[in-house]
Amino acid sequence: MKDMNAATTPALHIDGLRKSFGKTEIIRGIDLSIGRGERHAVIGPNGAGKSTLFNLITARFPATAGKVELHGQDLAGLAPYQINRMGLSRSFQITNIFSNMTVFENVRCSLLWSQGYKYSFWNLVSRSRELTEGADAILEQINLLNRRNLPAGTLSYAEQRALEIGITIAGGADVIMLDEPTAGMSHSETDYIVELIRKVTENKTLVMVEHDMGVVFGLADYISVLVYGEIIATGRPEEVRGNPKVQEAYLGAALEAEH
Amino acid sequence: MTDQLTTDPAKPAQRMRAGSMSITLMPWIIASLLLLFLPFIFQANSAITIMNQMSITIIFALAYNMLLGQGGMLSFGHAVYMGVGGFACVHIMNMDDFFANIPLPLLPVFGGLFGMGLATIVGAFSTRKAGTVFAMISLGVGELIAACSVIIVAFFGGEEGISGDRTYGMPFFGVEFLQQIEVYYLIAFWVIISAALMYLFSRTPVGRMANAVRDNPERAEFLGYSARWVRFYSFVASGFFAGVAGALFAINYEILTEENLNLVTSGQILLVTFLGGVGFFFGPILGAIVFTLVQTVLSLQTELWAFYAGVLFVATVMFFPGGLAGVLMMHVPAMRLGKAKLLVVPYIKTLLPALIGILGLSALVEMVFHFRHAATGDHEMTLFWTTFDSHTLLPWIVAVVITVAAFWLMRMNMPGMVAAWHQANTVGKDRA
Repeated sequence: MKDMNAATTPALHIDGLRKSFGKTEIIRGIDLSIGRGERHAVIGPNGAGKSTLFNLITARFPATAGKVELHGQDLAGLAPYQINRMGLSRSFQITNIFSNMTVFENVRCSLLWSQGYKYSFWNLVSRSRELTEGADAILEQINLLNRRNLPAGTLSYAEQRALEIGITIAGGADVIMLDEPTAGMSHSETDYIVELIRKVTENKTLVMVEHDMGVVFGLADYISVLVYGEIIATGRPEEVRGNPKVQEAYLGAALEAEH
Repeated sequence: MTDQLTTDPAKPAQRMRAGSMSITLMPWIIASLLLLFLPFIFQANSAITIMNQMSITIIFALAYNMLLGQGGMLSFGHAVYMGVGGFACVHIMNMDDFFANIPLPLLPVFGGLFGMGLATIVGAFSTRKAGTVFAMISLGVGELIAACSVIIVAFFGGEEGISGDRTYGMPFFGVEFLQQIEVYYLIAFWVIISAALMYLFSRTPVGRMANAVRDNPERAEFLGYSARWVRFYSFVASGFFAGVAGALFAINYEILTEENLNLVTSGQILLVTFLGGVGFFFGPILGAIVFTLVQTVLSLQTELWAFYAGVLFVATVMFFPGGLAGVLMMHVPAMRLGKAKLLVVPYIKTLLPALIGILGLSALVEMVFHFRHAATGDHEMTLFWTTFDSHTLLPWIVAVVITVAAFWLMRMNMPGMVAAWHQANTVGKDRA
């Protein structure tokens, strides 16, 4: 992984990726390279295949054709936990936390593997100062320190999304993937979460799927536009926004989806 | 409830209590002292027998809850791990030369290892998935091994089972375990040790991840943990303690039969654990205590004890899914607010009639049972220290009137109890 050309190997490389469900092809040949330390947003209207692409990258679904490489290593056939150990961490579109545990325990669980505890049954988690302090540091970053001891399920929606991001980054993965982190949020909540994402993904590779271009405009270094399973444009946010093809396709499809 | 009840993380004491799960020793010391002095309070041999039975069930139920409560695995065949541990220990008892060199208090280690060995084999394939798949495999394996008991007679002893003699072991500081009370302290020692180890297990990384996998296996996988291996480790640990319980059973009863492996026993432990409450570590302990009392004390009073146990179970599942432990822990917020005393009078006003109503109902059940099943000509029955003729109308009228009146009173006082409950759980000044 840490070989000589580590600097030139993209963090994530997608090559000819295709996915069909039955006769319907949802992802129709995607090539994408995401460099290290880059914040890359994939945007597109509803039904464009954003979440499918996301699940293909994280090997939640097997791809019909093509491949995904993380730091130059093929991810085909790997289990989620193996991919996670290679340095990729993801969030879920539907909030996916451990709702019966406290907020603190949620974060502490996400630190365990990266701190080398593995399947240990001879350590007590409460005895580890690194775990407690590490978890509290994450909680401070995501501004949930005052919710520390509440069951995670009792948090507000926005707080749960923040916790989800906290869990995703806690393990120290260098590639962070967020699936519509601002879905279902008000404007002020969205601004808050975007700011939070900017803060916690400092010096990391971020891949983020988003419905609304406005949300990612100030955040992403690059934007790819996905329409009907194909990427129709990739580039700097200004270029993409000015691209007439994007405007047409994106607006057209968005209007269509509304009817 | 108007205000959410929160613990204040700024206060170190509360931070310890709710967050980092500091290990408080107090409950353990109290439990140890209780186990130490109980035989002085209940001196009868039958009481010791009941307490031994209770302790064995406590270990088994705690082991079972490592799967059900901590790991989210519903097993229908956990008796086999206890049973195999027990059978193995009886065989060790019968290996004269070997057993003569082993002090009896060490025997549960062997039982545990055999339970763990079987759990390692079965867990290797059964823990791949949780949910229905796991439940079905546990049922199948349970039935398979129970069926083996009549096939592999050399190990399981066929229908009459196998028996041994615990006193052939190496004397332990002069104690040969001839007396029930000596066995009591051996079992009490193992209850404390096993419960403490199982509690500590739940506080280790793999124990915490068992909870995480229970709540959300997919999320846990994206934290670097294989849900399957986390389940496997819980399963193996649970098998060990089930085996310990089996060894104690072997020591206490000196006989094991097919009954120790079969699905009835497996179902019973599910019932015990659920009754006590799967959500809290001490839940299964409560369940084991209550169930053993129902099974032993109540069964002396009525032939219908299993019926009442069944009703209790159904009522728990329907009305108190958190079990007895859940009901107790519901009161913690009110206690912290110092308002629990508000509940005392409303509770008495509602629950006392409810209790009388339930007793009235059970009286009717007993009378129906007597009316239908007593020997012909036997019209006399005794219930609640009263003897009467079950074939006359008056006792029936009395029972019905008492039952209806009691439930009516309960209903009348219910709103008061609900109001008191809300008041006790609300932060702020009482409404005068």
